[in-house]
Amino acid sequence: MRAGKKLTRVFRAMVGRSYPRIIGSNRDKSWLFYDTVLPLLGTVAFVYVYKALGAPERFIGYVIMGGATTAFWMNVMWSMAAQFYWEKQGGNLELYMMMPCGLTPILLGMSLGGLVATLLRAILIVSLGSLLFHVSYTLPQVPLFLLIFTITIIALYGLGVVFASLFLFWGREAWHTVNLFMEPVFLASGFYFPVRALGFWVGLGASIIPLTLGLDAMRQLLFAGMHPALLPVEVELAILGFVAILFILLARHLLQKMEYLARREGRLSLRF
Amino acid sequence: MWDESPEGMGELAVETKNLVRIYRRKRSSQDSQERQVIALDGVNVEIPYGELFGLLGPNGAGKTTLIKILVTLLLPTSGTARVAGLDVVQQAYQVRELISMVSGGEHSGYGLLTVREQLWMFSQFYGLPTRLALARIDELLKIVGLYEERNRRVSDLSTGMRQKMNLVRGLLSDPLVFFLDEPTVGLDVSAARDIRAYIKEWIREKPGRTILLTTHYMQEAEELCDRVAIIHKGRIIACDSPAALRRSAASGSYFLLTTERLSEDGWLKEVPGVRRVDIRVLDGRTEIRLQVAEDGVIAEVVRALADRERKIYSLTKVEPSLEDVFMQLVGRRMEEADEGR
Repeated sequence: MRAGKKLTRVFRAMVGRSYPRIIGSNRDKSWLFYDTVLPLLGTVAFVYVYKALGAPERFIGYVIMGGATTAFWMNVMWSMAAQFYWEKQGGNLELYMMMPCGLTPILLGMSLGGLVATLLRAILIVSLGSLLFHVSYTLPQVPLFLLIFTITIIALYGLGVVFASLFLFWGREAWHTVNLFMEPVFLASGFYFPVRALGFWVGLGASIIPLTLGLDAMRQLLFAGMHPALLPVEVELAILGFVAILFILLARHLLQKMEYLARREGRLSLRF
Repeated sequence: MWDESPEGMGELAVETKNLVRIYRRKRSSQDSQERQVIALDGVNVEIPYGELFGLLGPNGAGKTTLIKILVTLLLPTSGTARVAGLDVVQQAYQVRELISMVSGGEHSGYGLLTVREQLWMFSQFYGLPTRLALARIDELLKIVGLYEERNRRVSDLSTGMRQKMNLVRGLLSDPLVFFLDEPTVGLDVSAARDIRAYIKEWIREKPGRTILLTTHYMQEAEELCDRVAIIHKGRIIACDSPAALRRSAASGSYFLLTTERLSEDGWLKEVPGVRRVDIRVLDGRTEIRLQVAEDGVIAEVVRALADRERKIYSLTKVEPSLEDVFMQLVGRRMEEADEGR
């Protein structure tokens, strides 16, 4: 098959798999409540804690940004990392595995669909939170901000694919494994406070989660001169780029490995 | 979907040589010892293009394992398997371009999508342009009688409708070799009949296409297949056309006899000339399927029943069936040979 034809198929497969995610958000509107109002309540609680402590106004902005970013982390863990496990239970995985397009475009489609829906959720959380608490942002470097956000998302979804492969093999109960990664990451990545507060080395260690550096870099741009940065924006951007490439390569390797193991051991297609 | 002609893809649609598949499973999570299950034990199959080939066997015989190897979902432990001349281990992605599979009881896809959306999604994994895909979906939905339901959510479909949709999904890519793994299992009589009719129609209209169908329904194998392989405990124990297989079991005559319930039936085997007795109890009556050496033996059986003062409700001479072939080869009925029994 020619490369052009192959590429077209990859694109079509990606769009095809993203469709249920996008249309799903449209058909079942309950997510408006569960995915925006409920996370916002948690965010609001932190806002009042900061207000009670008399923290600077920018902390309210930190919390709202953290609340919005939580949506991406939850999407990656619940709808990507654990997704193959559920696809297996539902009987889709073996069909996906025998599709000539391969698993990669199907996973990319999953990410794309999840990203569109989550982006909408994040925008809603930021808008509502900012309106409620009168937070204003200054953003003189829009292209740089968008670049940081894009690379963070690429690295994050790459990590999602890595987890998807791992969960499939070693996560008998993906549900519990996902839970295991929730609260520690909320803490270590500084979702509701500057990660620098944990100390430089802890912050640096937590940088393996792309959201840590992504959030820190975006906060530096939004609250210029006031934010206690972990590293300069340019350095954080470079590390994020490296992490993104690392996760993409690792994800590719693990997917191939997973497919081989699945075919060898029959663990994905047969419940013998 | 595929550009080349079957002639350019090897002489056989499916070919396996000494195919072996062994599963290794731990007895329990605490136990370090592994047990081996030999699912396929030296399977040799040759299926030419254009054939509807049936693989008949009880549960656990190895049918699904064989099909999973051929559709590239499972690696063989040893031996080789080729589809359209392509090695299923080394050339898995090329094989996937040419095949499709539908399984019985399949719940693939997403309930929130409509039938048409779901099928469109799968068509995209084959890279079909949307316009072509939708035209093909509509055409196939009309053929299987599901066109009126095209905008209904998948979650609202009945089991039979869902399986018809799965069949359309399998045919979307116009596969060269189509694998059907127990496609009518769990369906009501009418839905199963419809599915069988579409399968027959598809292969008639697409000369050169091949179907490998697994089933444990004798009647389905007899009705649909050009050739049938009987598989038991991972081995092919017979392979021929249904008629030839029946002939092979046709030594003697077969009778179906319904009597008053028999409290004891061991004596039947003692009647001179009786070769095999298969007894089922139905609604308080006893149904006896007999293989006898020649027609005259049945008179002895009737006499023996009369001696025991048992009423005879019906007596019919019947043709040997694949069930008889299976019994002759394995010594048990198919349902008795199901895994774990």
